[in-house]
Amino acid sequence: MTETQSSASGPEWARGNGAGAAAVLAAGLGSFLIAVFALLADKSADIKGIMVFYKPTGPLSGVTTCAIVVWLFAWLVLHMRWKSRNLNLSRVNVIAFLLLGLGLLLTFPPLADLF
Amino acid sequence: MEITLRGLATMIHGMGFGALYLMACSGALVELYRRYGPQSPAPATERDERFLRIYLIAMAAMAWLAVLTGAYLIYPWYRAVPPAGTTNLAAFPQRLLLASSTTSGWHSVGMEWKEHVAWFAPISITMAAGVAVQYGRNLKQHPGLRAAVLGFVWISLLSAGIAGFFGAMINKRAPVAGGANLHFMQGEQR
Repeated sequence: MTETQSSASGPEWARGNGAGAAAVLAAGLGSFLIAVFALLADKSADIKGIMVFYKPTGPLSGVTTCAIVVWLFAWLVLHMRWKSRNLNLSRVNVIAFLLLGLGLLLTFPPLADLF
Repeated sequence: MEITLRGLATMIHGMGFGALYLMACSGALVELYRRYGPQSPAPATERDERFLRIYLIAMAAMAWLAVLTGAYLIYPWYRAVPPAGTTNLAAFPQRLLLASSTTSGWHSVGMEWKEHVAWFAPISITMAAGVAVQYGRNLKQHPGLRAAVLGFVWISLLSAGIAGFFGAMINKRAPVAGGANLHFMQGEQR
């Protein structure tokens, strides 16, 4: 059995980086939103109550569900807008990792408690 | 040899999905460095492409199973509220930890961090799988994209590691147990 060693595969638009950039930026946003929603639920009793989608799990159910829904929606929207484009990926990566880093820091309770 | 139903579910969540995911991360990182790096000697083949796609999709499934079983099966047992007047808190791990200043940090820092940071793993690896599905071998022609995917896989390893570490330490101090006793084997009596 011979294996194709061509470097081109997938749909035509996969030759640009727009679809990948959409996935990367949306993932950074999704991670950041986990931290933001968790922080909001921690600081406001009203938001905490709203975030209880499933009582046995408590506000964690709403925090994560909201972040996942927004993440997937953002991914879809960015994908539709960017899929045929070639973007400055360095800028997208910097923003995505900044969001990811902030998310990581804001989920750490001693830091989150500073707000 | 016996284990409670909740103990078994916790073991499947932590050892079955969580630990397996942590181990799988190293495989994904090696594959991304070795086959898709600018210095990799041979171009990625169709077989490599298929392998990476299936591998990352399986990792994403494992990561989602880990967080969903954690949040919707184990966590409700962990945070169960004891009836008023309960003195034995063994079946209420969160309350057991909070009852002592020497263990409360495992909840207020460990569990509070774990329950949120763990979700970074499925988000990151789903993104990596999505990119692999869309780009396949073309990923090699996009070094910036490959770098981002690698970075997110590292973060997913870190977040799963944090969640796994605190999960193991918390379960050591206040195990999630209860439910039916499951007998696996009869041991020798002395």
